[in-house]
Amino acid sequence: MTTSLPSPSSGPVASEHSAAESTEHHPDHRLFGLATFLVADGMTFAGFFAAYLTFRAVNPLPEGAVYELELLLPSINTLLLLVSSFTFHRAGSALKRDDRPLCRRWLLVTAILGLSFLAAQLKEYFSLPFGLTDNLYGSTFYAITGFHGLHVTLGSLMILIIWWQSREGGRVSSQNRFPLEATELYWHFVDGVWVVLYGILYLL
Amino acid sequence: MTLSTPSNLADTQEHLRWQRYFGFSTDHKVIGLQYLVCGFLFYFIGGALAGALRTELLTPISDFMPREVYNEVLTMHGTIMIFLWIVPVVNGAFGNYLIPFYVGARDMAYPRLNAVAFWMIPPAGLLLISSYFLGGASQSGWTAYPPLSLSTAATGQVIWILSVLLLGGSSIFGAINFVATVLKMRRPGLKMMQLPMYCWAMLGTSILVLLSTPVLAGTLVLLSFDIVAHTGFFNPAMGGNAVVYQHLFWFYSHPAVYIMVLPAFGLVSEILPVHARKPLFGYTTMVYSIMAIVFLGLIVWAHHMFTSGTPPWMRLFFTIATSFIAVPTGIKFFNWLATLWGGSISLNTAVMFSCGFIVNFVFGGITGVALAQVPFDIHVHDTYFVVGHFHYIVYGGTVFVIFASMYHWYPKVVGRMLNEPLGQLHFWLTFIGLNLCFAPQHWLGLNGMPRRVAEYDPQFQFINQLSSAGALLMAVSTLPFLINVIWSAYRGAVAGDNPWNALTPEWLTSSPPPEHNWHGEAPLVHEPYGYGLKSPAAS
Repeated sequence: MTTSLPSPSSGPVASEHSAAESTEHHPDHRLFGLATFLVADGMTFAGFFAAYLTFRAVNPLPEGAVYELELLLPSINTLLLLVSSFTFHRAGSALKRDDRPLCRRWLLVTAILGLSFLAAQLKEYFSLPFGLTDNLYGSTFYAITGFHGLHVTLGSLMILIIWWQSREGGRVSSQNRFPLEATELYWHFVDGVWVVLYGILYLL
Repeated sequence: MTLSTPSNLADTQEHLRWQRYFGFSTDHKVIGLQYLVCGFLFYFIGGALAGALRTELLTPISDFMPREVYNEVLTMHGTIMIFLWIVPVVNGAFGNYLIPFYVGARDMAYPRLNAVAFWMIPPAGLLLISSYFLGGASQSGWTAYPPLSLSTAATGQVIWILSVLLLGGSSIFGAINFVATVLKMRRPGLKMMQLPMYCWAMLGTSILVLLSTPVLAGTLVLLSFDIVAHTGFFNPAMGGNAVVYQHLFWFYSHPAVYIMVLPAFGLVSEILPVHARKPLFGYTTMVYSIMAIVFLGLIVWAHHMFTSGTPPWMRLFFTIATSFIAVPTGIKFFNWLATLWGGSISLNTAVMFSCGFIVNFVFGGITGVALAQVPFDIHVHDTYFVVGHFHYIVYGGTVFVIFASMYHWYPKVVGRMLNEPLGQLHFWLTFIGLNLCFAPQHWLGLNGMPRRVAEYDPQFQFINQLSSAGALLMAVSTLPFLINVIWSAYRGAVAGDNPWNALTPEWLTSSPPPEHNWHGEAPLVHEPYGYGLKSPAAS
């Protein structure tokens, strides 16, 4: 297989003297760990999608229940999230160039896009002709979109926290980009899940 | 690969102070022992529950406890033994203790996440047990199949779900740590194909945890909605689909069997070469068969559901896929036999338990292949045959390896040897007890005794009593073990750094190891199984 992959920040794992042990630098693999966690998180969605598709294939809906959904609002929402991935990326690039004011502006735009998504999602919920416990289709719809909405809520909060932390004198800077990069990776993941969700729940 | 520094006793004693084991320590060795001791406590609770079940089954009528209590005890026994004993011990305890040594690191990749993962377990266990006192524990078995789980004690079932969700989260955090540690924390110069086999086993296990545990978590959340919010995901009375629950549940719980045995395969692969003084036979095929088991383990789940109205194509596919698993598993078995073949074997307790594992697991494996065949499975589904088969795998397999590992690594962890005669007594009591307890259950199942019942046909009484006698032997067998572990900690022969003359890195430091694992530089071990090829470094 491969040889060891020392990241730029990691020195040799072993030290020369035992006295240096306690001050030895612990290598930073946090982004890798987050990516591993997102694989697991993605499997939760995969399980939900599998359940949804099986329900649709096997379980007939009760008389008069609604399957078809309005497409306008969710399509706008898809657009919002895709644009927000782009704006988050701009924020990351700005931080790399040490342009904090620009980074903060893009972060704020991203957070507003995320919150607009949530608002539109809520508006859709209130206009739907079925509730959580009406039938199997409704329950599954709310469970999946709700679980995704939870991810968007968490992501938006994290973006706002980073926005605050990247102020002058805050802990997020071009030297410490991990909080921003981790949130960005998570945000792209949440957007990607939405695209799949949109395809399966709305278009299929 | 040479290192021989004198032990720094002051340092050793300072970091081994007992208070450290009750706090939020980030040292992988402390966390490993926390997992181990916590796991053993739950093992004794789960064992006592099993004793209660076997006592009830001494007579055909329900006379020892009410039927509802029998259901609760049965559910608790299964849940505790799987989620609080075997999975945390064979992964968390040995994984945390050994993996950083094997990759040549001072700690796991994420020490704090590691501590968090451990500290999710005691609350989850207490939560689970507390449900007894909060209106009754769950009665639907460790599988929690709806509609049964929707119609019995709701509070107990919800608490059960919360507890399993916590334990699942702990398991996922642990798996993230193992993947990152094996892939990213290796000492420079150490290649993947030079790692001790347990690293590969833990990598494969962690992949299974990461891919399957989240599915169970999502499913259990939906199940709790069915109980609390009265949705109808799995409730046929409300248009739901109970079979979908079974699919999602077994998508986790079949891989869970491999999450319980793959690490055991890895540990046996560490123990046998040391005591047979021979290299591990077929290293490369071992690696490939672990990965093959990981892949096949993910696509065989529906063999638990042959009586759930599965369509013929599904039965065909899952029968064939399941039978295929016998191939990589068989490769591993022949590799272990070939490792032992012609070696100068010391028949100590660690080796006895390892060989006991091989015997038991071959038997459990054969009944497993039999169970994969649809016509046979339909005949014995939900009978004691399945109970017998399963316990040969998890007790005869994994628990035997846990005991073998205790005898093998105790000298490293404590610095003193375990007593051999007591160990041999422990082995023979356990081995005879296990076979007496579970072999007759195959006969019971073939003759139609269903599982999970407090009452049965009187014609089965004698065989059930035989099985209960075996259970009693297994209970007695823990006494010499407990005495041994406690007595040897104070009076056992001093082990020295490397009592087995082993080559893997954990033996190339003091016993017990210092806080940062090695007093100097981490040793670079290119041939962890190089017995008979060159003289061991530490001798």
